This record gives sequence, structure tokens and C-alpha cells, in this order.
Amino acid sequence: MKTTSIFLRIALIFTAASALAGQAFAQSQPSTSYALTHAKIFTLAGSTIEDGTLIIRDGKIAAVGAGLDVPMGAQVIDAKGLQVYPGLFDSITQMGLREIGAVSATVDSTETGSYNPDVVAATAVSPSSEHIPVTRAAGITEVLAVPGSGGFDSSGSGGVIGGQASAIHLTGWTIDEMLIKKSAAMVLNWPEIETQTFDFATFSRKEKPYSEAKQEYDKQVNEITDWIERARHYAQVMEKSSPAKYDRDLKLEALAPVVRGELPLLVFADRSREIRNAVEFCDKQRLRMILAGGSEAYKVKDLLRSKGVPVILRPMLTLPLDEDDPYDRLLSQPAELAAAGVKFAFASFDNSFARRLGQNAANAVAYGLPYDEALKAVTLYPARILGLDDQIGTLEQGKLANLMVTNGDPLELTTDVKYLFIRGQLTSMDNRHLRLYEKYSKRPKAQ
Amino acid sequence: MRVSNALNAHRLRTPFLYILGALCLVYFPHSANGANPPEAPAVIVIRNATILTVSHGTIEHGSILITDGKIAEVGASINAPKDAQVIDAAGQFVMPGIIDCHSHIAAESINEGSVSVSSMVNMSEILNPDDIDIYRDLAGGVTAANILHGSANSIGGQTLVIKLRWGQPAAKLPFEGAVPGIKFALGENPKRSNFSIPGQPRRYPSTRMGVEETIRGAFSEARDYKKTWEDYNKRFGAGEKNLIPPRRDLRLEPLVEVLEGKRYVHSHCYREDEILMLLHVAKEFGFKVRTFQHVLEGYKVADELAAAGVGASTFSDWWAYKVEAYDAIPYNAALMTRRGVVVSINSDDAEEATHLNQEAAKSMKFGGLSHDEALKMVTLNPAMQLGIDKRVGTIDVGKDADLAIYNHDPLSAYAVVQKTLIDGRVYFDRQRDIAERSEREKEKKALIDKFKKAAEKKPEDKKPDATVPIGQKPSEKKSEEKKPEEKKPEEKPKPPSASGIDSAAVLPGGAL
Repeated sequence: MKTTSIFLRIALIFTAASALAGQAFAQSQPSTSYALTHAKIFTLAGSTIEDGTLIIRDGKIAAVGAGLDVPMGAQVIDAKGLQVYPGLFDSITQMGLREIGAVSATVDSTETGSYNPDVVAATAVSPSSEHIPVTRAAGITEVLAVPGSGGFDSSGSGGVIGGQASAIHLTGWTIDEMLIKKSAAMVLNWPEIETQTFDFATFSRKEKPYSEAKQEYDKQVNEITDWIERARHYAQVMEKSSPAKYDRDLKLEALAPVVRGELPLLVFADRSREIRNAVEFCDKQRLRMILAGGSEAYKVKDLLRSKGVPVILRPMLTLPLDEDDPYDRLLSQPAELAAAGVKFAFASFDNSFARRLGQNAANAVAYGLPYDEALKAVTLYPARILGLDDQIGTLEQGKLANLMVTNGDPLELTTDVKYLFIRGQLTSMDNRHLRLYEKYSKRPKAQ
Repeated sequence: MRVSNALNAHRLRTPFLYILGALCLVYFPHSANGANPPEAPAVIVIRNATILTVSHGTIEHGSILITDGKIAEVGASINAPKDAQVIDAAGQFVMPGIIDCHSHIAAESINEGSVSVSSMVNMSEILNPDDIDIYRDLAGGVTAANILHGSANSIGGQTLVIKLRWGQPAAKLPFEGAVPGIKFALGENPKRSNFSIPGQPRRYPSTRMGVEETIRGAFSEARDYKKTWEDYNKRFGAGEKNLIPPRRDLRLEPLVEVLEGKRYVHSHCYREDEILMLLHVAKEFGFKVRTFQHVLEGYKVADELAAAGVGASTFSDWWAYKVEAYDAIPYNAALMTRRGVVVSINSDDAEEATHLNQEAAKSMKFGGLSHDEALKMVTLNPAMQLGIDKRVGTIDVGKDADLAIYNHDPLSAYAVVQKTLIDGRVYFDRQRDIAERSEREKEKKALIDKFKKAAEKKPEDKKPDATVPIGQKPSEKKSEEKKPEEKKPEEKPKPPSASGIDSAAVLPGGAL
């Protein structure tokens, strides 16, 4: 009996998927309009609508409310018993930049060299990555693809300025169709005072005294300062003279929006000492900072709040940094930061684990974070932190229709996403995993 | 061992303090998280709980009576003696303690990777009862774990099952009576596809063909060795005089135990072809494979696994970290279950083990398993795979009182472990942990202040102790199947601590 019901369900999913396949990627005909009716709509902008209608037209949310008239020609999806939420936003990922971790030919996440402000993630995001549909099936509609962010790549220490992160929709025939914002943040890996390093050339541990490590740290911070000051000078020259009059420098040119305060610096740091130094640096240099990682953000929460520095937290499903930290140190941090008024978002920092984004948020709730804050930390807050909340993050008229229809709480492990819309297009839920599941479900019994 | 762990525990902020910390430890022994083992009250009763028995359904508002560490009664109403210690679990859920069928906690090292057959080494000899990950996993409801050797070689080291009796010495960790195991490994890891150390020649095997040949070769030797001893024993038994016994071979002895069914084979694997390969080799030599570990393509050969009666211990949703994990699907557990395979969800990682209940729940979403089937993935099924299901894995009279108590249904991401019991002792109590935090902070601060003071007085007297091992960063996962962000091979030397400064103290270049 059970088996039947499961196979029935799968069959239904596939029927639905193939029936919708026509529209799924038909982005050349963006005029399709939809009406989601009788849904419980979590707009995340004001109150939840119990028996609501959401109208999608030309890629955007045309209207949302109770008792709305369904426009002529709109495809109606009766969402009775279902819930509508903004799509999830994974605000630090390796999406499209890394296919198979162990195969370097499939990895484009980190460029060689220490200062690469002019490399852009979108250039290397593979629209055909199998990770994209798998991630989408978890209700994630957009991500930030982040290059050169130290910590999870094998290229040793990685860079200092890692390149520009790109905000992308998780659907599109080409990267151009996927783009939300090509340059959404500049990655800066804040240096650490390291007395132990790992030398990959000799595969051995190298150690040095604190004083020497501190000197190297200071040198790196001076280098960063130097880059920022040169970029500021360059930006002034750009403003005051015509391009023909100065030698073009692509790296400094890429940093110009940073020093002008237009492009945020996404600063990777976890220990409180480094976070503090980075915040003071950005404050002094008048740069917009987003902290990434932030494992010890709780130790500097007052500073983060007073300087208005938002945090994109690394997954809480990570062991505490130190042996004598409470076992739930990272799990309880979001609640502590929220109470202190620090703004934050959750992110996977990964590609194949991106689908654990909701699980991470739910775990923060289990350890004290109010549910609404957790939900916003994977929808509205990442959009706001990256300056994209005029386009995405809530279900409001005029915003892009990036949303999901679920049969329950989108953060819970067992909830299914029934329909997914990205830029107003009903998007296929098919993916590599579902295909393999279907194929091997049908394997005749072995003799 | 004590010194290195205590050093980790304090992570002092300057080199000075670090050295002084090390020197003062002898006066201030301290271990984190209440390392003294809990008392064992003779009688405990858990009341008003939703009891997820796993074997016979769910009991609402039920009670469990525990005497002498065993479950004495389970039901809606039970007869508890008046002097029983009461745990009021109103609104809470009790399930059997989680059993992790693939773990590397409590181990000083994981891989003897220098040879392709390392059956002579034994994880039981390098147990570290002070590993903080024991406590962290205990706080995730885990009560027993299969401590495996790594997967660097085709035939790895001997393995054992432990209970997470935090605070007890190493000798008290092994699960009494559990059948010992041995780790095998197939595919990319034993052929060293993703790992090479500069300057070192490649080790045989380098292909899946060579992996098979290595295992067949080893069992050929083991079969001969077994026969040599049998012949000797026969002649000795017949009263033959002046016999010289065969020389013992510590490498082959565990393989003879495999042939005799006295030692379980837990084999790391990914691809369908290598899974069938080992089943063929096992058939040829007449031994059983007890579990396939990871077995991410198990769904492709589920019928063959079921027919061979082999257990499958897999991940919930890991994929794409290497080529052989590219066809991994989160439906694996459900697909294999539907075809009759006994399936468990394991961690291979100290952090993943802290939420195995959540990982099990994913098999309801991916493949539609029932609540009970999902629960079995981390309780009864791993117990069956490890041959300890007579003792643990369900909440039944006569079984060990190894239990996890949650504040919600454990198959939810919102559930938090409140208490973990092993042998009827409360080894983890969330409220107690929280209550003790301020005391621990105070103690830590007092120690640091004391070191600071001493450092200001006469730092020149203190010399770095060159023999103190550098503590590994506790947050480093000992998983050998790394999550993608940790792509480096398991046998590589541990990368340095991120904070780093604590090590400066033990360097010869230090000012002291």
C-alpha cells in the first residue's frame, strides 16, 4: 500500500512537471500570468493573508490580497491548503562555481593570487550546473555566488580580495538571464594572525612565533589599506578626467565602487579580534561592510550594532570553534544577535549543502530565535543586506515573483515545495536526484 | 593526553598565558562540561512522556521504569517504587538513544594509510575518552557509535562499538559484548585518487582492479594461514611431539576472524560496481559483509544488497564532493528500504552526529518513509547492523536504558535534546549544562587572571615545554568523507588552528 502511494505521488509530480514543462523555461514568452488562489500567503510585509490571492504578471507580483478578481487569461492554481512564501535566498554560495569538489577541472571558485578585485563570479557560473535544479527544489529561488572566499577551497590561503560576488536567479537559459546583479559585493578575506600554517608544498605544518605572525598580519592589513587608498585616488582621477588621460587599471577600477561606498565589502572573518579590526578598518575607510562567517560575532555584537554592520552567518550546523565553548554556541548565537539588534542572514557557504538552508534556520529557532526572524533571515534580510530588497524578499506588488508554494513550514525538514516561481515563471522541480530516483525505482527486481 | 586536552580547553589568548596555563594545569586540573560520570540511581522513572518505542508504536503520556540501568517497564501506567528518582517528561518525547554506525570520535588517529592492508592496527588501542566530541554527540542524543578506521586502504584497521559514557575512562567506553569489526574501503579513497603527497611515490593499488586484487590476495593468505594453524592444532591434538607452532601473523589473524564470522566487515564504498565486486569476493572466500558504509549508489543494486543480507549505512543528503558521490541521491535510504535492505543513516562526522535525528527525518521527505521507518534509521537498524539489537535500539523491557529525551518530535528540525541516558544514567542534561556555564566561565576567568598575574611577575622562569603536543583545532571535523568545504584527504596532517596564537608558546623561537 505504502509503495503504491509513493509511486503514485512520484508519478503525479512527474505528470505535473511535464505538463508545466512548456512554461517552465519559456522565458521568451514572459507574458504568462498566474493566479494563486485560496492560499495562506506569508507576505513578510505586514500580516499574513489567510485565504488570499496572488496575481503574477510579466515576471512580477501584480497584486496580492484577499478576494482579488482573477484576471482574464491567467492560469489559476488552486492553492487551497497550501502556503505561499517568498523564495529562499542563499546569500553566500559556491553555486555554479564548483560542480564536483574533488575534481579541480570543475572548480572555478578561487583565482590564483592575492588581489583579484576585477574577477566576477558571474563569468564562471555554469548555468547547466546540476546543483542549480537540486537547490531550487528546496525552495531556493536566488543565491549569491561568491568567488575567492577563503576557507573552503583547497588553494591554500586563497586570496585577500577574492573578486566580485554575483546575485543570480536559479533559473535561466544563460547567465545573462539569471543575473539579478552582476556585481553585488566585493569579497575581502580578512587576514588572521596565524602562528600555525599548513604548507601544501611539503604537506607539513609550519609554525612561527606570535611576534612574527603579528608582523605578517600587520603587513597584510597595510597592503589592504594601500589598495583601498590607491583605489580612492584612482576613483578621484576617474571622476575628474577623461579615460584617455590616465592609464587604465582594471583592478583599481573594480575597487572604485567600493571606495565610493556603492559596493559593499563582504568581509570574511570569524574570530572576534579579526572582526573588530575589520569593522574598525571599514569604519575608518568609510566602506560599507557586510561581515561573512561571524562565528564569534556575539563577542562584538555591540560594535556590530552600533556600526550597523550586518552579518551573513556561516551554517550553525558546525562545531563550536573552541573545545570549551558551550556545545550549542553557534546554534544559540542567532537568538543572541537578534536580541542585541544585530542584523543577520543565514547562508550555506556551499553548493551541495545549499538545500540545508532552511534546516539551518529552523535550528536557530530551536535554540531561541523567534520564528519570524529566522524566516526573514533566509528571505528578506539577505535581500536587504545586499541592497536587493526593492526587487525581492517579500510578497508585495511590484516585486519580482520569486516565490514558493508549499504544503507547510518551509524551514521544516519534511515540507515539500509544490510550485516554484522565479521571475514569474513556473519553474521545473525536476532535478538530477529526482531523475535517478525515478529511474532506479523502476528497475525490475533483480534475479 | 591530559595536558594536550586541557590546553585545548583553555585556548588562552597569548603565548605567555598559554605556557603558564600548561605549567599550572597540574594544580588546576579541569575538564569541560562536567566530566565526572553521573551517579547511577537504582531506580528511575520517566513520566508523562510521548514514548517512541520504535518496536511497538508510540505511547502517549507513558512512563518508563529503569532499574539497574535496564528498562524494567514501559507503558501507559506502570508500577514505580516510591523511592524512584522521577524525570518528569511532560510534553517531551523519549526515543531510543541514537546509534551512529559510522563515527570517528574518541579516536587519537583515524588512518594507518601507509600500507594497503592495515588489519593489524586496532582502534580500540587509541581511544581518547577526553575527546569533547563525545560530549557534543551525546548532547545530540547519540548513545552508541561504531568507531571506524579510515578509508585510506583496501583493508583498514580493526574497529569497535562504544557507548558515549562521557567522563568514564577509555576502558569503560567499549560496548560490552559487541562483535568487533574491521574496516574495508573501495573506490577513490583506497586507490588514492584525490590525494597525493608531494615527493611520495604512488601506493598500490591505483585502480578499482587493484583494490579487488589486494583484498583477494589478503584473503588467500588468510585462508592459507588459517589452514596452517588448523593443521598444527590437529597434529598437536593428536599428540604429536616436538611440533613447532606456526608464527603468529597479526595482520592475518583479524582476517581469519572474518572468515570464521567472528569479526564484522564494514566496507566503505560508493559505486554500484565496487559493491558487487566485494560481494563476489566475499562469496569466493566464504565470508559475509556486515555493512556497506556510505554506499551512496546502493539504490542501484538494492536487490543484490537485500539478497546478500548486507546492511547499508548511508548519508542523508551528501553529494558531489567527488566523482563517486555525483550519483548520490537523498532518496537512497528510502529506495534501499523499499527493496528490503536494513538501512541506517550515519554521520562520519562529529558535527553531523549531533543531528542524526534530523538527517533520518529527511527519508520521509525523500522517498516517503513512515515516521517509524525514519526513526529506525538511527536506532533499531544500526543496532541490527552492529549486532547489538538485543541490547539497544528500541524501548523494550530488558533492554539497556539508553534513551534520548527531546522537547519536540525528534523528527523535526525544532527538536532539542533535553537529556541523554546511557545504562540508566543521565550523561547529558541540557538544563544542567546551561546552569553550569556561568561557573565554568568564572573558573576559566580565574585561571586566566592567575596566569596573567604570574606572567607579569617572572615570565623569564618559564620555559616552553617542547614535548607538549600542539592541540588540534577542536572544530576540525574528523570525518574522513569530508563535506565539500573540507576537501583535503583524511590522512593529511591537520591544518593549523585558525587562531593559531596558542601554539607560539611551544616554539623554540619564543622569547622565553
